[in-house]
Amino acid sequence: MNIHEYQAKELFKKYNVPTLRGHIAFTPDEAVKAAQELGGNIWVVKAQIHAGGRGLGGGVKLAKSTSEVREMASQILGMQLVTHQTGPEGKLVQKVYIEEGADIKKEYYLGLLLDRALEMPIMMASTEGGMAIEEVAHNTPEKIIKVSIDPLTGFQSFHGRKLAFGLGLPVEEINTFIKFAAALYRVYMDHDAEMIEINPLVKTGDGKFLALDAKMGFDNNALYRQNQVNEMRDLSEEEPTEIEADKYGLSYIKLDGNVGCMVNGAGLAMGTMDTINYEGGRPANFLDVGGSASAETVAKGFDIILKDPNVKAIFVNIFGGIVRCDRVANGIIEATKLTNVNVPVIVRLDGTNAIEAAEILNNAGIANIVAATDLADGARKAVAAAKGE
Amino acid sequence: MSILVNKDTKVIVQGFTGKEGTFHAEQCMAYGTQIVGGVTPGKGGQEHLGQPVFNTVAEAVAATGATVSMIFVPPAFVSDAVMEAADAGIDLAVIITEGAPVKDMMFAKAYAVKKNMKTIGPNCPGIITAEECKIGIMPGFIFKKGHVGLISKSGTLTYESANQVVNEGFGITTAVGIGGDPIIGLSYKQLLPMFEADPETHAIVMIGEIGGDLEIQAAAYIKEHITKPVVAFIAGQTAPAGKRMGHAGAIISGGAGTAAEKMAALEAAGVKVVVSPADIGKALAEVMKK
Repeated sequence: MNIHEYQAKELFKKYNVPTLRGHIAFTPDEAVKAAQELGGNIWVVKAQIHAGGRGLGGGVKLAKSTSEVREMASQILGMQLVTHQTGPEGKLVQKVYIEEGADIKKEYYLGLLLDRALEMPIMMASTEGGMAIEEVAHNTPEKIIKVSIDPLTGFQSFHGRKLAFGLGLPVEEINTFIKFAAALYRVYMDHDAEMIEINPLVKTGDGKFLALDAKMGFDNNALYRQNQVNEMRDLSEEEPTEIEADKYGLSYIKLDGNVGCMVNGAGLAMGTMDTINYEGGRPANFLDVGGSASAETVAKGFDIILKDPNVKAIFVNIFGGIVRCDRVANGIIEATKLTNVNVPVIVRLDGTNAIEAAEILNNAGIANIVAATDLADGARKAVAAAKGE
Repeated sequence: MSILVNKDTKVIVQGFTGKEGTFHAEQCMAYGTQIVGGVTPGKGGQEHLGQPVFNTVAEAVAATGATVSMIFVPPAFVSDAVMEAADAGIDLAVIITEGAPVKDMMFAKAYAVKKNMKTIGPNCPGIITAEECKIGIMPGFIFKKGHVGLISKSGTLTYESANQVVNEGFGITTAVGIGGDPIIGLSYKQLLPMFEADPETHAIVMIGEIGGDLEIQAAAYIKEHITKPVVAFIAGQTAPAGKRMGHAGAIISGGAGTAAEKMAALEAAGVKVVVSPADIGKALAEVMKK
């Protein structure tokens, strides 16, 4: 789960990670009020969406008067902001963050995430602030300084020194930087964060460090104990079909092909997409129906897949283990009664009681249900059906 | 022969009396696994499925001589259960539970390593030595005895591959579902040498997926140390970047962890990599002929 910049900064403030003062606004009027409350003569109007690259897409603007604040906020609020992370359709901006201006002397990058190979958090810093870190890592990896932090002992000053000297900071700024980094580590650990990215981290004219931007993602498995983070969840930033699927214990991700698929298990679901692709088709989605594959979940799965008008055929691929295939077959037949399935459904059931299951499906005599013998056969038939063959 | 577990392995169940624990412990016993007891705090002294229940893992180990624990406790209690097992001197903890927080696993695994306890999972189907010992939730009947070792991040793809292996006329020595979370216990790199050293295992099938770099590490290890033929499939060639594909660890982030890079690394290490998971059995038959 991700949160907005302004929300991440709220968490930062509680841990004394320095940020600029700012207020959230949903209308141009609120934006002007926010600017007046902040005072000063320069403000930044920032679109709040869950995607990076907002500045380049025109979602971050500088205002030098309150009337400019109103103008910028009017432009940004309601726009479909397109960045390299939103896809071509962009994302609707529903709120802007009005922030005071800052005297920026130098921009850096600072990030924290789990290093899966080391099985501990790593903190990364770079002098290339404001640039996509993936590009820096690719083009000039020597410009990224990394420290791994053993969670059993936590963040130590030497971690901070290694980063600070690596960035070439002058000696008198080292301690300020270490304090900043140590506080950030506490934000990360205390909230079960998956990643924090500050890009840019800025140094001001008076030698202070500030998080000019803030991006945070969290471990979904830990949300049950992170009430404050949960309250920050913005459902309007997530795919409605994915949220609905989640309610029924289904894991769904929309893709851009035309062969729908419904599979038990995440690995086999990915493998099924790959098989469809291998057989010359394009998967319309990822869908893991989980272990039970009951009539209700299968019916819900059909509903969700068919919300996508591109879907021309559905491949149901179930490997019955503890779940018996005959039960799944009955579930599929029940499901076609619960919901209207108007495209060919290719069903491959293998594993426990597969033979009985095939009989049940054949005896049901449902015109648009086609049985498949194995994974390749099922994928082939589904791809052909989607092509209208 | 086999790796890690066999017909003599004594197993306890943490979360023994719960719904999942009960159902799967029963299935494991029916398969022939020596489930010698279980742990449910507060229910010590009772009997469940004909076996003793203990309040602590230490008591269970002392009374039964168990060396392996199968863990079914709810996600919030997984790290506690793993550390308790490690503290009690368990050799191997098989963590079936799905949904344990990553931070918890980071601490639990570090503690397990310190106590020399091996772990499998979390969020995995478990481990099975064909026709001897099943510790987990996989459908046992698929795994006919034979000479192929199997390592997989995915549950149902484990069943799919084992089924293909058996249909091609080969069988399984041991199959290990290592799980698809960001932090897991035993991985390819630790399991490959065990299969290499097992005289009954003649070939290895490994199933990976997008996210992380365990498969890349495996490729480097195979190149240097594995003489037995290896067949591999990497799930998620068609997965979009930045999306979590069901498993917590199955995500391409920052352009890294793609199926393409893993497949290339494995191929360069001399592994027979299949593009479609439907071809795993056929590819295995090919490498076994050589």
